[in-house]
Amino acid sequence: MLKEIRPAVVSFLLLTLLTGIAYPLIVTGISQVVMPNKANGSLVMKDGKPVGSSLIGQSFSDPKYFWSRPSATGPMPNNAAASSGSNLGPTNPALMDAVKGRVQALRDADPGNQQPVPVDLVTASASGLDPHISPAAAEYQLARVARVRNLSPDTVRKLVAEHTEGRQFGILGEPRVNVLELNLALDALR
Amino acid sequence: MSANGLLQIALFLGVLIALAKPLGWYMARVYEGKLPVFVRWVAPIENLFYRLCGVDSKQEMRWTRYALAMLWFALLGVLAVYAMQRLQGMLPLNPQGLVAVSPDSAFNTAISFLTNTNWQGYSGESTMSYLVQMAGLAVQNFLSAAAGMAVLVALIRGFARHTVETIGNFWVDVTRSIIYILLPIATVLALVLVSQGVIQNLSAYQTVTTMETITYDNPKMDAAGNPVKDAAGNPVTEKATTKEQSVALGPVASQEAIKQLGTNGGGFFNANSSHPFENPTPFSNFLAMLAMFVIPAALCYTFGSMVGDTRQGWAILTAMTILFVGFLAVTEYAELQGNPAITALGVDQTASAGQSGGNMEGKETRFGIINSALFATITTAASCGAVNSMHDSFMPLGGMVPMAQIQLGEVIFGGVGSGLYGMLIYAVIAVFLAGLMIGRTPEYLGKKLEAFDIKMASLVILIPPLIILGGTALAVMVEAGKGGVANPGAHGFSEILYAFSSAVGNNGSAFAGLSANTPFYNTALGFAMFFGRIWLMIPVLALAGSLAGKKRIPASIGTMATHTPMFVWLLIGTVVLVGALTFVPALGLGPVVEHLTMIGAH
Repeated sequence: MLKEIRPAVVSFLLLTLLTGIAYPLIVTGISQVVMPNKANGSLVMKDGKPVGSSLIGQSFSDPKYFWSRPSATGPMPNNAAASSGSNLGPTNPALMDAVKGRVQALRDADPGNQQPVPVDLVTASASGLDPHISPAAAEYQLARVARVRNLSPDTVRKLVAEHTEGRQFGILGEPRVNVLELNLALDALR
Repeated sequence: MSANGLLQIALFLGVLIALAKPLGWYMARVYEGKLPVFVRWVAPIENLFYRLCGVDSKQEMRWTRYALAMLWFALLGVLAVYAMQRLQGMLPLNPQGLVAVSPDSAFNTAISFLTNTNWQGYSGESTMSYLVQMAGLAVQNFLSAAAGMAVLVALIRGFARHTVETIGNFWVDVTRSIIYILLPIATVLALVLVSQGVIQNLSAYQTVTTMETITYDNPKMDAAGNPVKDAAGNPVTEKATTKEQSVALGPVASQEAIKQLGTNGGGFFNANSSHPFENPTPFSNFLAMLAMFVIPAALCYTFGSMVGDTRQGWAILTAMTILFVGFLAVTEYAELQGNPAITALGVDQTASAGQSGGNMEGKETRFGIINSALFATITTAASCGAVNSMHDSFMPLGGMVPMAQIQLGEVIFGGVGSGLYGMLIYAVIAVFLAGLMIGRTPEYLGKKLEAFDIKMASLVILIPPLIILGGTALAVMVEAGKGGVANPGAHGFSEILYAFSSAVGNNGSAFAGLSANTPFYNTALGFAMFFGRIWLMIPVLALAGSLAGKKRIPASIGTMATHTPMFVWLLIGTVVLVGALTFVPALGLGPVVEHLTMIGAH
């Protein structure tokens, strides 16, 4: 009964040192030396100050910007210190109300546009921090952004294409547009 | 489904099966103590380790002592993780100054990580310090996975040996699982994940200035810090604005790697593998999925190799793969269809070159439907429980598959070690059923299965449903249980059923709308996790001990071959039949009713 106590205690301590201290610190050390930008959150700098992370979505509601996907984090959307999805079930009336409100907000910002809205633009992402929208969601907003900024749609379309990533290695995942980087590029146009 | 979707799934399965043999061969050599040349340099370190621990690596254990060692190890793990959470305010590596975790939540989390469940009742980035994450939780990710592998290896030895009393040395099996298998793979995986953008640092959270000023409703707090409520009981909010974003950081990659590889599933962040810092690219997602399945798949080969007939391992792996593909098809189909109620609101859910379409609520753009449904099916087939999309927001049938796979006992690949020992128990039951049908004494791998063996196997099959269904029944009868539900109607029942299934199955994923960080759920699910793990390991070890003591009987003309397609189908039938008989009524009340209501309304 008691014969196994010493191995249990000593091996627990040694394995904690190995897997709980040495392992994460070694991985941290290598990462900080070899890939410091990625290991520290892929921060985007502007005039020497961090304005966001290219992996973390921000909230946009001004018609001159491309809007991100809805975020269900609290208390503010895109709260990067409290990631969360909405967890609304598929038949929950609250989900329908939320989608209805988002469709309305998009239409209010762009009254002439009566096309069906791409689904990712009106549904909350899983993390509440999705940095991307689908190319269809970018195309849907393109005319609005161009009009508000007095740009030709082709200029904006070119910019969207520059910030569109295809499937990784041509196979994996989905094509996507990085909203923060695209909006920064829009502001940098002039 | 698009051609690309099929290609992504085929690529995943192809790489998985290709890795099963080399990794399975390597693990068999490690557990048999015949180390391949390229890792022999580690052996002196291993031996030093045994000397310090006072372990005689040559001395083997009977099953009772093996189980006792496992229990001591588990007890220490619970105490350490509990103490660290309660004391975290006084410990270093806590740049956010997070305070002690509440006793019931700390109890729940300690049990959760010990049992390889990693149910997240808490929200990582606002609850756990870096020290607790690294030296408390991630350590259990390694140790609980290694304990599962050890118990499996003991069971395999039960089949492989004959007329002996011992089934191996627990300390040796655990140590080897960690230093030869889990730790080296996790280190490489962690570094590759950083190259994709997974963070790895010890810095305080970074505040950035956002492009736009955000206006939001902030809950009003009284002087004591409690939310103010109006007469109707709704929280009172006031308008607030911010132009800042606080970005949570931490040593994520090292934890992410072992969380996937050890089929643990407890995310560094609340949003788990959907968080862009845990899973930033489709390639990191591919590796995360592969990491969940690669050891369980390879252990099938290890099993075949150790019992001296690799065909036995391939037969099990084939059965697992067929079951997996069947379940995957249902999830993919349900999610690609999208939500009919949303289409009616002027929303485009059709898949095209420009969007993945489908039910995107609770999913990330970079993964789309294909990789979200694939991840969900993998994480619940394995007892991992990491999520890259929110299962609570899946379509009724899309969410039923993850739940059903957990209820089947997570034997489709399953957790590291636990999946295969669960499947071998089903194989024992399958052979027993076949024996009953033709009136012969059942045999498996040359071992006659007698009353004691079938009793132990039956315990493993019967205990989980008892706790899942009993716990769900209890929770829907008491206010404390019903109070946690977030979604109305049948979906609310599904949330509770999923929670108990996930806890007993040691999965850890959730229909996360359920407010489970309450004393009732923390306690009830804590016990469910404990019994769902430890109460199954003990009968498995008892069976291992019993099998090891038996004589090996040579195969005769009356012996049923257990490597043939017929046995594969018999095994599949047994898994599905046992699961269906137990859980169809409960699933009928949850996801099936919700599905019928939904299609009835449209």
